[in-house]
Amino acid sequence: MAASTPVKESRRQFLATLSKVAGVAGGACLFSLGLGLYARQASALPAQALRPPGALVEDAFLAACLRCGLCVHGCPYDMLKLASPGTPVATGTPYFTARDKPCEMCEDIPCVAACPSGALDRSLKDIGKARMGLAALVDQENCLNFLGLRCDVCYRVCPVIDKAITLENLHNPRSDRHALLLPTVHSEHCTGCGKCERACVLPEAAIKIYPIKLAKGSLPDHYRKSWEEKAAHGGSLIGEQIQLPVRGMEGTPPAPAQPTLDSTWKP
Amino acid sequence: MEKASAAPGNTTDAVVPAPTFFARLRWGKWLLLRRMSQAGILGLFLLGPWFGIWIVTGNLSSSMTLGVLPLTDPLLIMQSWAAGYMPYQDALIGVAIVVAFYLLVGGRVFCSWVCPVNPITDAAAALRRKLGIKGGRAPAASTRYWLLGSLLVTAFVTGNMVWEFVNPVSMLHRGLIFGMGFGWLVVLGIFLYDLLVASRGWCGHLCPMGATYALLNRTAVPRVSAAKRAACDDCMDCFTVCPEPQVIRPALKGDGSPLIKDPECTNCGRCIEVCALDVFRFTTRFSASTHRRTTS
Ligand code: SF4
Ligand code: SF4
Ligand code: SF4
Ligand code: SF4
Repeated sequence: MAASTPVKESRRQFLATLSKVAGVAGGACLFSLGLGLYARQASALPAQALRPPGALVEDAFLAACLRCGLCVHGCPYDMLKLASPGTPVATGTPYFTARDKPCEMCEDIPCVAACPSGALDRSLKDIGKARMGLAALVDQENCLNFLGLRCDVCYRVCPVIDKAITLENLHNPRSDRHALLLPTVHSEHCTGCGKCERACVLPEAAIKIYPIKLAKGSLPDHYRKSWEEKAAHGGSLIGEQIQLPVRGMEGTPPAPAQPTLDSTWKP
Repeated sequence: MEKASAAPGNTTDAVVPAPTFFARLRWGKWLLLRRMSQAGILGLFLLGPWFGIWIVTGNLSSSMTLGVLPLTDPLLIMQSWAAGYMPYQDALIGVAIVVAFYLLVGGRVFCSWVCPVNPITDAAAALRRKLGIKGGRAPAASTRYWLLGSLLVTAFVTGNMVWEFVNPVSMLHRGLIFGMGFGWLVVLGIFLYDLLVASRGWCGHLCPMGATYALLNRTAVPRVSAAKRAACDDCMDCFTVCPEPQVIRPALKGDGSPLIKDPECTNCGRCIEVCALDVFRFTTRFSASTHRRTTS
């Protein structure tokens, strides 16, 4: 009987401590949970914010980047920024906006060399293999070349000219005697440096860089391109085709060939 | 504070009056050295972006000095690990150097000598004293450890360094170098929290960065000792200025060693300079003597 009071007392004390600890721990966990949810939402990278060359895929990048800015200080062109709170990019992570200042594609890639964590992957040795994004000529209504003019600026500034971006020579049906030279981006070579977007002469660029997964579609796996298959096999896979006569037109001489645009022309 | 106001004007006393409490508060040697250390380190980081003199690049999260000395913050690496990533050697060497340094001088030396938030929370504490704001609701001091643990778990679950979205310490330092944005609001929030809600609330109860450095604070060689504790006249000045007042009592009032070995002590040296009776001094953790006798 006599011992029951101190036991009760210590149990009460123990329970009080327990509930206090539980309160603190619960509060901390709840806060972290909220933070986790917030971080998820705040990690969405806007389409116009591009990561530096060699950046790991976004999820891995957010786990790897130390938010230190060594890449920013390493860039001799001062075109990378560290996201400050309020910018819609994960706080403290590096990004650039092509229209403001594009990447100059330094041969020695100093930004990657400066990164201590590997968020910028040092296996990138050739800046031509960087894939910061992919250029897309999004506004075909306003691109001057699509209108039939010869602007070509995006094409001319491209550091990977004639590979990443070409001018495709098409007949202009509007005048019927001119060409349309359509700037066309090739994902195989475009580094996403952003020089074309930066240089586009329109008040709002008609060509823009987007993250590759936004800019690029994909074919179903089973699709094959006949011309590629043909080239690979040195001939048609299904043998010679029978030429069927066009019914009712037998005996009509073939129409004279239309004069075509000079397709060997180079700007 | 009573005796402080009584000291001047006492012309009959042959002894030079001790500087008043508030005079010491402002001009203490250690405080001055700490402010110089904080400003100096920040200055080194700003020399590059402001004047093009690149001695140090990066920020406290990870930096490179003169192209040879990498330094990386342990909490950043812990978050990266928790999020499932193994950083390059550069970052790991950087964190090894930082951990070794702080194991030697005391982890929370970061808090009082390096961290850019410290002048802000110190200012809040000083203003709190000046305005006589008492009370408030401080969370348990263990909150920071729970916070540290739970945000590492959250990093593990989400694969993202969640704390870095709000971490005021890295946000302030990064902001000063790379642009603050709305980061000022977070800093203001901490100031107001410490001023109005909880005395020493941020650094003493919440900051997980401080908690991380406290984990490295168990082997520090330099330690404050209440060497002349016999002379203590219970004026409480040291308790008033100490950012972690609970660490003083065992050394000052206990029977054991007068060394302040509590891992929350930030080695700031404020107690040394505010004590009118010179009870405290810096010594090493190996100094065994209790210095009970007072010398004059
Ligand atoms: S490649 Fe050069 S210009 Fe481009 S981000 Fe890196 S350092 Fe800057
Ligand atoms: S250098 Fe690397 S770790 Fe540092 S901010 Fe840039 S990408 Fe992140
Ligand atoms: S982003 Fe534009 S300029 Fe840069 S490689 Fe691609 S097409 Fe060329
Ligand atoms: S507790 Fe945190 S904010 Fe305070 S000084 Fe230490 S690291 Fe800085």
